Amino acid sequence: MAKNAVRRSRASSTVREREQQQPLPPEAEQIAAAGSVWQRRHLLDLDDFTAAEIELVLETTDAMKEVLARDVPRVPALRGKTIVTLFYESSTRTRASFELAGKVLGADVINVSSSGSSVQKGESLIDTVRTLQAIGTDVLILRHGASGAPYLAAREAAFRVVNAGDGWHAHPTQALLDAYTMRSRLGDLRGRKIVIVGDIAHSRVARSNLWGLTALGAGVVVCGPPTLLPVGLGACGDALGQPPDDMEEAGLPPVRVEHDLDRAIEGADVVMALRLQRERQESGLLPSLREYSRLYQVNGERLARAKPDAFVLHPGPINEGVEISSEVAHGARSLIEEQVQNGVAVRKAILYLLVRGERPPTS
Amino acid sequence: MPDGAVMSAEEMRRAIVRVAHEIVEQNEGCRDLMLVGMRTRGVPLAQRLAAAIEEFEGERVGVGALDIGLYRDDLPERGTRVEIKPSELPQDIAGKRVVLVDDVLYTGRSIRAALDALIDYGRPQRIQLAVLVDRGHRELPIRADFVGKNIPTAMQDDVLVQLEETDGTDQVLVTERRD
Repeated sequence: MAKNAVRRSRASSTVREREQQQPLPPEAEQIAAAGSVWQRRHLLDLDDFTAAEIELVLETTDAMKEVLARDVPRVPALRGKTIVTLFYESSTRTRASFELAGKVLGADVINVSSSGSSVQKGESLIDTVRTLQAIGTDVLILRHGASGAPYLAAREAAFRVVNAGDGWHAHPTQALLDAYTMRSRLGDLRGRKIVIVGDIAHSRVARSNLWGLTALGAGVVVCGPPTLLPVGLGACGDALGQPPDDMEEAGLPPVRVEHDLDRAIEGADVVMALRLQRERQESGLLPSLREYSRLYQVNGERLARAKPDAFVLHPGPINEGVEISSEVAHGARSLIEEQVQNGVAVRKAILYLLVRGERPPTS
Repeated sequence: MPDGAVMSAEEMRRAIVRVAHEIVEQNEGCRDLMLVGMRTRGVPLAQRLAAAIEEFEGERVGVGALDIGLYRDDLPERGTRVEIKPSELPQDIAGKRVVLVDDVLYTGRSIRAALDALIDYGRPQRIQLAVLVDRGHRELPIRADFVGKNIPTAMQDDVLVQLEETDGTDQVLVTERRD
Protein backbone atom coordinates (compact mmCIF):
# COMPACT_ATOMS: atom_id res chain seq x y z
CA MET A 1 0.00 0.00 0.00
CA ALA A 2 2.98 2.28 0.53
CA LYS A 3 3.66 2.19 -3.19
CA ASN A 4 0.05 2.80 -3.94
CA ALA A 5 -0.13 5.72 -1.55
CA VAL A 6 2.72 7.48 -3.27
CA ARG A 7 1.30 6.88 -6.69
CA ARG A 8 -2.10 7.96 -5.60
CA SER A 9 -0.95 11.28 -4.26
CA ARG A 10 1.08 11.95 -7.37
CA ALA A 11 -1.75 11.00 -9.66
CA SER A 12 -4.27 13.01 -7.73
CA SER A 13 -2.24 16.18 -8.23
CA THR A 14 -2.09 15.63 -11.98
CA VAL A 15 -5.80 15.05 -12.08
CA ARG A 16 -6.37 18.16 -10.07
CA GLU A 17 -4.20 20.27 -12.32
CA ARG A 18 -5.96 18.97 -15.38
CA GLU A 19 -9.50 19.36 -14.30
CA GLN A 20 -9.51 22.11 -11.69
CA GLN A 21 -12.35 20.42 -9.86
CA GLN A 22 -14.14 21.73 -6.82
CA PRO A 23 -11.82 22.33 -3.83
CA LEU A 24 -10.94 19.26 -1.80
CA PRO A 25 -12.29 18.78 1.72
CA PRO A 26 -9.74 19.78 4.36
CA GLU A 27 -9.03 16.16 5.31
CA ALA A 28 -7.93 15.38 1.76
CA GLU A 29 -5.61 18.38 1.75
CA GLN A 30 -4.08 17.10 4.97
CA ILE A 31 -3.55 13.69 3.44
CA ALA A 32 -1.83 15.27 0.46
CA ALA A 33 0.33 17.50 2.65
CA ALA A 34 1.32 14.89 5.22
CA GLY A 35 4.51 13.01 4.64
CA SER A 36 6.29 16.03 3.29
CA VAL A 37 6.66 17.48 6.77
CA TRP A 38 9.35 15.16 8.11
CA GLN A 39 12.78 15.59 6.57
CA ARG A 40 15.01 15.05 9.57
CA ARG A 41 17.76 12.55 10.17
CA HIS A 42 18.53 13.64 13.71
CA LEU A 43 16.70 14.95 16.74
CA LEU A 44 19.15 17.31 18.42
CA ASP A 45 16.94 20.11 19.75
CA LEU A 46 13.58 21.72 19.06
CA ASP A 47 15.03 25.16 18.32
CA ASP A 48 14.44 24.85 14.58
CA PHE A 49 11.22 22.82 14.68
CA THR A 50 8.11 24.12 13.00
CA ALA A 51 4.71 23.72 14.61
CA ALA A 52 3.81 21.27 11.80
CA GLU A 53 6.76 19.04 12.62
CA ILE A 54 5.89 18.98 16.31
CA GLU A 55 2.27 18.24 15.40
CA LEU A 56 3.41 15.28 13.29
CA VAL A 57 5.37 13.89 16.24
CA LEU A 58 2.40 14.33 18.56
CA GLU A 59 -0.01 12.71 16.09
CA THR A 60 2.36 9.79 15.55
CA THR A 61 2.52 9.48 19.34
CA ASP A 62 -1.24 8.89 19.39
CA ALA A 63 -0.79 5.85 17.15
CA MET A 64 2.09 4.64 19.31
CA LYS A 65 -0.05 4.90 22.45
CA GLU A 66 -2.63 2.64 20.84
CA VAL A 67 0.09 0.01 20.32
CA LEU A 68 1.19 0.28 23.96
CA ALA A 69 -2.36 -0.33 25.15
CA ARG A 70 -2.50 -3.76 23.49
CA ASP A 71 -2.10 -7.07 25.28
CA VAL A 72 1.06 -7.74 23.29
CA PRO A 73 2.57 -4.34 22.58
CA ARG A 74 4.90 -5.17 19.75
CA VAL A 75 5.00 -4.18 16.09
CA PRO A 76 7.61 -4.94 13.42
CA ALA A 77 8.14 -1.35 12.22
CA LEU A 78 11.87 -1.24 13.05
CA ARG A 79 12.64 -4.92 12.75
CA GLY A 80 16.29 -5.52 11.92
CA LYS A 81 17.36 -2.05 13.08
CA THR A 82 19.94 -1.61 15.82
CA ILE A 83 19.49 1.11 18.39
CA VAL A 84 22.28 1.95 20.81
CA THR A 85 21.75 4.00 23.94
CA LEU A 86 25.03 5.64 24.95
CA PHE A 87 24.70 7.37 28.29
CA TYR A 88 27.55 9.33 29.85
CA GLU A 89 25.23 10.45 32.64
CA SER A 90 22.91 8.46 34.83
CA SER A 91 19.27 8.11 33.92
CA THR A 92 16.32 5.92 34.79
CA ARG A 93 13.27 7.07 32.91
CA THR A 94 14.85 8.41 29.73
CA ARG A 95 17.00 5.38 29.14
CA ALA A 96 14.38 2.83 30.14
CA SER A 97 11.75 4.48 27.95
CA PHE A 98 14.05 4.64 24.91
CA GLU A 99 14.95 1.00 25.39
CA LEU A 100 11.33 -0.03 25.71
CA ALA A 101 10.34 2.15 22.77
CA GLY A 102 12.93 0.48 20.55
CA LYS A 103 11.90 -2.99 21.65
CA VAL A 104 8.19 -2.37 21.14
CA LEU A 105 9.00 -1.35 17.56
CA GLY A 106 10.91 -4.59 17.02
CA ALA A 107 14.43 -3.12 16.96
CA ASP A 108 17.45 -4.58 18.72
CA VAL A 109 18.52 -2.32 21.55
CA ILE A 110 21.99 -2.25 23.03
CA ASN A 111 22.78 -0.22 26.14
CA VAL A 112 26.24 1.25 26.59
CA SER A 113 27.10 3.32 29.61
CA SER A 114 30.28 5.21 30.33
CA SER A 115 31.15 2.98 33.27
CA GLY A 116 31.99 -0.55 32.25
CA SER A 117 32.76 0.42 28.64
CA SER A 118 35.86 1.61 26.82
CA VAL A 119 34.86 5.13 27.80
CA GLN A 120 36.33 4.30 31.18
CA LYS A 121 39.61 3.46 29.46
CA GLY A 122 39.67 6.95 28.02
CA GLU A 123 38.10 6.38 24.62
CA SER A 124 36.94 9.68 23.16
CA LEU A 125 33.35 10.32 22.14
CA ILE A 126 34.29 10.35 18.47
CA ASP A 127 36.12 7.04 18.70
CA THR A 128 33.17 5.50 20.52
CA VAL A 129 30.83 6.83 17.85
CA ARG A 130 33.00 5.30 15.11
CA THR A 131 33.09 1.99 16.94
CA LEU A 132 29.32 1.98 17.22
CA GLN A 133 29.04 2.82 13.55
CA ALA A 134 31.33 -0.08 12.70
CA ILE A 135 29.07 -2.57 14.49
CA GLY A 136 26.10 -1.42 12.42
CA THR A 137 24.19 1.07 14.57
CA ASP A 138 21.14 2.63 12.93
CA VAL A 139 20.15 5.03 15.70
CA LEU A 140 22.30 6.39 18.50
CA ILE A 141 20.57 7.71 21.60
CA LEU A 142 23.15 9.90 23.31
CA ARG A 143 23.22 11.54 26.70
CA HIS A 144 26.32 13.53 27.52
CA GLY A 145 27.39 16.07 30.12
CA ALA A 146 28.83 18.39 27.49
CA SER A 147 26.43 20.66 25.63
CA GLY A 148 26.69 20.00 21.92
CA ALA A 149 28.04 16.45 22.15
CA PRO A 150 25.15 14.99 20.07
CA TYR A 151 25.89 17.54 17.33
CA LEU A 152 29.45 16.27 17.18
CA ALA A 153 28.24 12.68 16.98
CA ALA A 154 25.74 13.60 14.25
CA ARG A 155 28.51 15.24 12.23
CA GLU A 156 30.78 12.22 12.53
CA ALA A 157 28.35 9.40 12.01
CA ALA A 158 26.28 8.02 9.18
CA PHE A 159 23.55 6.89 11.58
CA ARG A 160 20.77 8.88 13.10
CA VAL A 161 21.32 10.62 16.42
CA VAL A 162 18.81 11.41 19.13
CA ASN A 163 19.83 13.84 21.84
CA ALA A 164 18.75 12.33 25.16
CA GLY A 165 20.12 15.31 27.08
CA ASP A 166 23.35 17.27 26.55
CA GLY A 167 24.72 19.37 29.38
CA TRP A 168 22.53 22.38 30.11
CA HIS A 169 21.59 22.63 26.48
CA ALA A 170 18.70 20.48 25.26
CA HIS A 171 16.49 17.49 26.02
CA PRO A 172 14.09 17.45 23.07
CA THR A 173 12.24 14.19 23.77
CA GLN A 174 11.38 15.41 27.27
CA ALA A 175 9.98 18.61 25.80
CA LEU A 176 7.98 16.64 23.25
CA LEU A 177 6.49 14.38 25.90
CA ASP A 178 5.68 17.42 28.01
CA ALA A 179 3.92 19.03 25.05
CA TYR A 180 2.09 15.77 24.33
CA THR A 181 0.98 15.46 27.96
CA MET A 182 -0.26 19.05 28.08
CA ARG A 183 -2.00 18.78 24.75
CA SER A 184 -3.76 15.55 25.66
CA ARG A 185 -5.41 17.42 28.56
CA LEU A 186 -5.74 20.96 27.23
CA GLY A 187 -6.06 20.46 23.48
CA ASP A 188 -4.56 23.27 21.43
CA LEU A 189 -1.82 25.03 23.40
CA ARG A 190 -2.16 28.31 21.56
CA GLY A 191 -2.66 31.15 24.03
CA ARG A 192 -2.27 28.88 27.06
CA LYS A 193 -0.22 30.19 29.94
CA ILE A 194 2.54 27.83 30.97
CA VAL A 195 4.76 28.66 33.93
CA ILE A 196 8.15 26.98 34.29
CA VAL A 197 9.53 27.35 37.81
CA GLY A 198 13.00 26.76 39.13
CA ASP A 199 16.56 26.45 37.92
CA ILE A 200 16.06 27.55 34.33
CA ALA A 201 19.74 28.38 33.79
CA HIS A 202 20.97 24.83 34.30
CA SER A 203 17.96 23.07 32.83
CA ARG A 204 18.07 21.46 29.39
CA VAL A 205 14.45 20.45 29.95
CA ALA A 206 13.44 24.08 30.33
CA ARG A 207 15.40 25.17 27.26
CA SER A 208 13.87 22.59 24.94
CA ASN A 209 10.44 23.26 26.41
CA LEU A 210 10.79 26.97 25.69
CA TRP A 211 11.40 26.22 22.01
CA GLY A 212 8.70 23.57 21.73
CA LEU A 213 5.97 25.38 23.64
CA THR A 214 6.50 28.72 21.94
CA ALA A 215 6.51 27.01 18.53
CA LEU A 216 3.10 25.59 19.44
CA GLY A 217 1.91 29.08 20.29
CA ALA A 218 1.81 28.85 24.08
CA GLY A 219 2.69 31.81 26.26
CA VAL A 220 5.56 30.81 28.52
CA VAL A 221 6.53 32.47 31.77
CA VAL A 222 9.76 31.42 33.45
CA CYS A 223 10.14 31.98 37.14
CA GLY A 224 13.07 31.58 39.51
CA PRO A 225 15.66 33.46 41.50
CA PRO A 226 17.82 35.77 39.34
CA THR A 227 20.88 33.58 39.93
CA LEU A 228 19.13 30.62 38.32
CA LEU A 229 17.80 32.38 35.24
CA PRO A 230 19.92 32.55 32.09
CA VAL A 231 21.42 35.92 31.33
CA GLY A 232 19.61 37.55 28.46
CA LEU A 233 16.30 35.79 28.84
CA GLY A 234 15.00 38.80 30.75
CA ALA A 235 15.72 40.98 27.73
CA CYS A 236 12.84 39.20 26.03
CA GLY A 237 10.54 41.34 28.13
CA ASP A 238 6.78 41.11 27.85
CA ALA A 239 6.48 38.41 25.29
CA LEU A 240 3.30 36.71 26.40
CA GLY A 241 0.86 37.11 23.59
CA GLN A 242 2.86 39.32 21.27
CA PRO A 243 6.45 38.13 20.93
CA PRO A 244 8.66 40.79 19.32
CA ASP A 245 10.34 39.64 16.12
CA ASP A 246 13.90 40.40 17.13
CA MET A 247 13.94 37.81 19.92
CA GLU A 248 14.21 34.83 17.66
CA GLU A 249 16.95 36.61 15.79
CA ALA A 250 18.80 36.91 19.06
CA GLY A 251 18.49 33.14 19.43
CA LEU A 252 15.98 33.32 22.26
CA PRO A 253 12.47 31.94 22.34
CA PRO A 254 9.77 34.46 23.22
CA VAL A 255 9.09 34.19 26.93
CA ARG A 256 8.34 36.37 29.92
CA VAL A 257 10.48 36.42 33.02
CA GLU A 258 9.01 36.74 36.49
CA HIS A 259 10.83 36.51 39.80
CA ASP A 260 7.78 36.36 42.05
CA LEU A 261 6.12 32.93 41.80
CA ASP A 262 2.85 34.10 43.35
CA ARG A 263 2.53 36.63 40.56
CA ALA A 264 3.81 34.32 37.82
CA ILE A 265 1.38 31.54 38.65
CA GLU A 266 -1.68 33.81 38.43
CA GLY A 267 -4.13 32.31 35.89
CA ALA A 268 -1.72 29.63 34.66
CA ASP A 269 -2.97 26.62 32.68
CA VAL A 270 0.12 24.57 33.46
CA VAL A 271 2.80 24.85 36.12
CA MET A 272 6.01 22.97 35.48
CA ALA A 273 8.41 22.61 38.39
CA LEU A 274 12.04 21.78 37.69
CA ARG A 275 14.38 19.70 39.77
CA LEU A 276 16.62 21.77 42.00
CA GLN A 277 20.04 20.25 42.25
CA ARG A 278 21.62 20.54 45.64
CA GLU A 279 24.94 21.49 44.13
CA ARG A 280 23.43 24.86 43.14
CA GLN A 281 23.24 25.75 46.76
CA GLU A 282 26.72 24.43 47.42
CA SER A 283 28.09 26.57 44.61
CA GLY A 284 26.63 29.68 46.19
CA LEU A 285 23.76 30.40 43.80
CA LEU A 286 21.24 29.97 46.59
CA PRO A 287 21.43 31.06 50.23
CA SER A 288 19.64 27.91 51.40
CA LEU A 289 17.27 25.21 50.21
CA ARG A 290 14.80 26.32 52.85
CA GLU A 291 14.69 29.81 51.48
CA TYR A 292 14.35 28.46 47.96
CA SER A 293 11.36 26.31 48.84
CA ARG A 294 9.76 29.15 50.77
CA LEU A 295 9.90 31.36 47.69
CA TYR A 296 9.68 28.95 44.78
CA GLN A 297 8.08 25.71 45.88
CA VAL A 298 4.98 24.74 43.93
CA ASN A 299 2.52 23.96 46.71
CA GLY A 300 -1.22 23.85 47.17
CA GLU A 301 -1.50 27.42 48.34
CA ARG A 302 0.31 28.76 45.29
CA LEU A 303 -1.46 26.42 42.88
CA ALA A 304 -4.75 27.92 44.07
CA ARG A 305 -3.75 31.11 42.25
CA ALA A 306 -3.57 29.28 38.92
CA LYS A 307 -6.66 28.36 36.92
CA PRO A 308 -8.90 25.98 38.92
CA ASP A 309 -8.22 23.16 36.44
CA ALA A 310 -4.49 23.86 36.03
CA PHE A 311 -2.12 20.93 35.70
CA VAL A 312 1.26 20.34 37.30
CA LEU A 313 4.21 18.77 35.53
CA HIS A 314 7.71 17.83 36.63
CA PRO A 315 10.37 16.14 34.49
CA GLY A 316 11.63 14.10 37.46
CA PRO A 317 13.36 12.94 39.51
CA ILE A 318 11.51 14.90 42.20
CA ASN A 319 12.94 16.51 45.32
CA GLU A 320 9.76 16.32 47.29
CA GLY A 321 9.43 19.22 49.69
CA VAL A 322 11.99 21.32 47.83
CA GLU A 323 10.72 22.44 44.41
CA ILE A 324 7.32 20.81 44.81
CA SER A 325 5.26 19.82 47.83
CA SER A 326 4.23 16.19 48.31
CA GLU A 327 0.53 17.03 48.22
CA VAL A 328 0.88 18.67 44.80
CA ALA A 329 3.28 16.08 43.35
CA HIS A 330 0.85 13.30 44.15
CA GLY A 331 -2.33 15.34 43.96
CA ALA A 332 -5.22 15.30 41.53
CA ARG A 333 -3.73 17.99 39.30
CA SER A 334 -0.40 16.23 38.92
CA LEU A 335 0.44 14.70 35.53
CA ILE A 336 3.88 13.51 36.58
CA GLU A 337 3.14 9.82 36.19
CA GLU A 338 1.39 10.46 32.90
CA GLN A 339 4.52 12.20 31.66
CA VAL A 340 6.54 9.05 32.29
CA GLN A 341 3.93 6.91 30.53
CA ASN A 342 3.81 9.22 27.54
CA GLY A 343 7.61 9.17 27.39
CA VAL A 344 7.64 5.71 25.85
CA ALA A 345 5.07 6.59 23.18
CA VAL A 346 6.78 9.86 22.24
CA ARG A 347 10.15 8.14 21.93
CA LYS A 348 8.61 5.46 19.76
CA ALA A 349 7.23 8.16 17.49
CA ILE A 350 10.66 9.81 17.23
CA LEU A 351 12.45 6.54 16.47
CA TYR A 352 9.85 5.64 13.87
CA LEU A 353 9.97 9.02 12.14
CA LEU A 354 13.75 9.22 12.11
CA VAL A 355 14.22 5.74 10.69
CA ARG A 356 11.27 5.55 8.33
CA GLY A 357 10.51 9.15 7.57
CA GLU A 358 11.05 10.82 4.27
CA ARG A 359 14.63 11.62 3.36
CA PRO A 360 15.55 14.96 1.93
CA PRO A 361 16.42 14.46 -1.76
CA THR A 362 20.06 15.32 -1.14
CA SER A 363 20.77 12.54 1.36
CA MET B 1 -17.17 10.54 -17.23
CA PRO B 2 -13.93 12.54 -17.33
CA ASP B 3 -10.88 11.40 -19.21
CA GLY B 4 -9.32 8.27 -17.69
CA ALA B 5 -12.35 7.49 -15.50
CA VAL B 6 -13.17 3.79 -15.33
CA MET B 7 -15.86 3.94 -12.67
CA SER B 8 -18.45 6.63 -12.12
CA ALA B 9 -20.13 7.60 -8.87
CA GLU B 10 -23.24 5.66 -9.90
CA GLU B 11 -21.25 2.53 -10.77
CA MET B 12 -19.39 2.82 -7.49
CA ARG B 13 -22.64 3.02 -5.55
CA ARG B 14 -24.04 -0.09 -7.26
CA ALA B 15 -20.79 -2.03 -6.78
CA ILE B 16 -20.79 -1.22 -3.05
CA VAL B 17 -24.42 -2.32 -2.66
CA ARG B 18 -23.70 -5.57 -4.55
CA VAL B 19 -20.59 -6.30 -2.47
CA ALA B 20 -22.60 -5.60 0.69
CA HIS B 21 -25.17 -8.21 -0.43
CA GLU B 22 -22.41 -10.69 -1.24
CA ILE B 23 -20.81 -10.24 2.17
CA VAL B 24 -24.09 -10.95 3.97
CA GLU B 25 -24.90 -13.89 1.69
CA GLN B 26 -21.45 -15.44 2.04
CA ASN B 27 -21.56 -15.09 5.85
CA GLU B 28 -25.22 -16.15 6.13
CA GLY B 29 -26.22 -12.95 7.89
CA CYS B 30 -24.52 -10.42 10.07
CA ARG B 31 -23.75 -12.51 13.11
CA ASP B 32 -20.20 -11.89 14.41
CA LEU B 33 -19.51 -9.81 11.32
CA MET B 34 -17.07 -6.89 11.52
CA LEU B 35 -15.86 -4.60 8.75
CA VAL B 36 -12.33 -3.25 9.10
CA GLY B 37 -11.30 -0.51 6.68
CA MET B 38 -7.66 0.02 5.85
CA ARG B 39 -6.57 3.64 6.12
CA THR B 40 -7.07 5.91 4.33
CA ARG B 41 -9.77 5.11 1.78
CA GLY B 42 -10.73 1.68 3.07
CA VAL B 43 -12.36 3.31 6.09
CA PRO B 44 -15.08 5.30 4.29
CA LEU B 45 -15.66 2.29 2.02
CA ALA B 46 -16.22 0.07 5.07
CA GLN B 47 -18.64 2.65 6.46
CA ARG B 48 -20.58 2.69 3.20
CA LEU B 49 -20.75 -1.12 3.15
CA ALA B 50 -22.05 -1.08 6.73
CA ALA B 51 -24.65 1.54 5.82
CA ALA B 52 -25.79 -0.56 2.84
CA ILE B 53 -26.02 -3.68 5.00
CA GLU B 54 -28.03 -1.81 7.61
CA GLU B 55 -30.43 -0.67 4.91
CA PHE B 56 -31.41 -4.12 3.70
CA GLU B 57 -30.68 -6.26 6.79
CA GLY B 58 -31.72 -3.77 9.45
CA GLU B 59 -28.65 -4.64 11.46
CA ARG B 60 -25.70 -2.44 12.33
CA VAL B 61 -22.35 -4.09 11.64
CA GLY B 62 -19.30 -2.83 13.57
CA VAL B 63 -16.76 -0.84 11.57
CA GLY B 64 -13.09 -0.50 12.48
CA ALA B 65 -10.11 1.37 11.06
CA LEU B 66 -6.73 -0.23 10.60
CA ASP B 67 -3.45 1.60 10.03
CA ILE B 68 -0.80 -0.70 8.63
CA GLY B 69 2.03 1.84 8.77
CA LEU B 70 3.90 -0.08 11.47
CA TYR B 71 3.64 -3.37 9.56
CA ARG B 72 4.79 -2.42 6.09
CA ASP B 73 7.84 -4.13 4.63
CA ASP B 74 8.51 -1.71 1.80
CA LEU B 75 9.23 1.49 3.67
CA PRO B 76 12.82 1.58 4.90
CA GLU B 77 14.30 1.88 1.43
CA ARG B 78 11.91 4.44 0.02
CA GLY B 79 10.69 7.77 1.28
CA THR B 80 6.94 7.86 1.49
CA ARG B 81 4.03 8.83 3.66
CA VAL B 82 5.13 8.46 7.28
CA GLU B 83 1.98 9.68 8.90
CA ILE B 84 0.32 7.01 11.02
CA LYS B 85 -2.89 7.12 13.01
CA PRO B 86 -4.17 4.91 15.79
CA SER B 87 -6.05 1.82 14.70
CA GLU B 88 -9.54 1.58 16.13
CA LEU B 89 -11.50 -1.63 16.39
CA PRO B 90 -15.11 -1.46 17.64
CA GLN B 91 -14.79 -4.66 19.65
CA ASP B 92 -12.52 -7.62 20.34
CA ILE B 93 -11.89 -9.41 17.06
CA ALA B 94 -11.47 -12.85 18.65
CA GLY B 95 -14.03 -15.22 17.11
CA LYS B 96 -15.32 -12.58 14.68
CA ARG B 97 -15.76 -12.83 10.94
CA VAL B 98 -13.64 -9.91 9.87
CA VAL B 99 -13.97 -8.41 6.41
CA LEU B 100 -10.93 -6.30 5.53
CA VAL B 101 -11.85 -3.44 3.23
CA ASP B 102 -9.46 -1.57 0.94
CA ASP B 103 -9.81 0.55 -2.17
CA VAL B 104 -7.31 -1.05 -4.57
CA LEU B 105 -5.85 -4.56 -4.54
CA TYR B 106 -2.51 -4.50 -6.35
CA THR B 107 0.65 -6.34 -5.23
CA GLY B 108 -1.02 -7.76 -2.12
CA ARG B 109 1.74 -6.48 0.14
CA SER B 110 -0.45 -4.09 2.07
CA ILE B 111 -2.97 -6.89 2.62
CA ARG B 112 -0.13 -9.06 3.96
CA ALA B 113 0.72 -6.22 6.37
CA ALA B 114 -2.93 -5.82 7.32
CA LEU B 115 -3.23 -9.53 8.14
CA ASP B 116 -0.22 -9.26 10.45
CA ALA B 117 -1.68 -6.15 12.06
CA LEU B 118 -5.11 -7.73 12.54
CA ILE B 119 -3.79 -10.95 14.01
CA ASP B 120 -1.86 -8.94 16.62
CA TYR B 121 -5.28 -7.98 18.03
CA GLY B 122 -6.51 -11.52 18.46
CA ARG B 123 -7.66 -14.59 16.58
CA PRO B 124 -10.63 -13.90 14.34
CA GLN B 125 -12.72 -16.84 13.23
CA ARG B 126 -12.19 -15.85 9.63
CA ILE B 127 -10.71 -12.98 7.64
CA GLN B 128 -12.11 -12.08 4.26
CA LEU B 129 -11.09 -9.35 1.87
CA ALA B 130 -13.31 -6.85 0.05
CA VAL B 131 -11.84 -4.34 -2.41
CA LEU B 132 -13.43 -1.75 -4.65
CA VAL B 133 -10.94 -2.36 -7.46
CA ASP B 134 -8.73 -5.33 -8.27
CA ARG B 135 -6.07 -4.19 -10.72
CA GLY B 136 -3.99 -7.38 -10.88
CA HIS B 137 -0.17 -7.73 -10.67
CA ARG B 138 -0.08 -9.68 -7.42
CA GLU B 139 3.30 -10.37 -5.85
CA LEU B 140 1.94 -12.56 -3.04
CA PRO B 141 -0.56 -15.44 -2.95
CA ILE B 142 -3.48 -13.22 -1.92
CA ARG B 143 -6.92 -12.88 -3.51
CA ALA B 144 -10.02 -10.89 -2.73
CA ASP B 145 -13.28 -12.54 -1.62
CA PHE B 146 -15.37 -9.60 -2.80
CA VAL B 147 -14.48 -7.32 -5.70
CA GLY B 148 -16.31 -4.18 -6.80
CA LYS B 149 -14.71 -4.15 -10.20
CA ASN B 150 -11.84 -5.95 -11.93
CA ILE B 151 -9.79 -3.44 -13.87
CA PRO B 152 -6.96 -4.92 -15.93
CA THR B 153 -4.05 -2.47 -15.88
CA ALA B 154 -0.50 -2.15 -17.07
CA MET B 155 2.25 -1.93 -14.44
CA GLN B 156 2.95 1.67 -15.41
CA ASP B 157 -0.65 2.70 -14.82
CA ASP B 158 -1.83 4.52 -11.72
CA VAL B 159 -5.20 3.54 -10.35
CA LEU B 160 -6.70 6.32 -8.33
CA VAL B 161 -9.80 5.84 -6.23
CA GLN B 162 -11.43 9.08 -5.19
CA LEU B 163 -14.12 9.15 -2.55
CA GLU B 164 -16.47 11.90 -1.49
CA GLU B 165 -15.22 11.64 2.11
CA THR B 166 -11.53 12.06 1.30
CA ASP B 167 -11.35 13.62 -2.17
CA GLY B 168 -14.64 15.43 -2.62
CA THR B 169 -15.84 13.21 -5.47
CA ASP B 170 -16.68 9.57 -6.20
CA GLN B 171 -14.79 8.05 -9.13
CA VAL B 172 -12.00 5.70 -10.16
CA LEU B 173 -9.35 6.92 -12.59
CA VAL B 174 -6.62 5.12 -14.47
CA THR B 175 -3.79 7.34 -15.57
CA GLU B 176 -0.43 6.60 -17.08
CA ARG B 177 2.34 7.31 -14.66
CA ARG B 178 4.75 10.09 -15.51
CA ASP B 179 8.18 9.26 -14.15
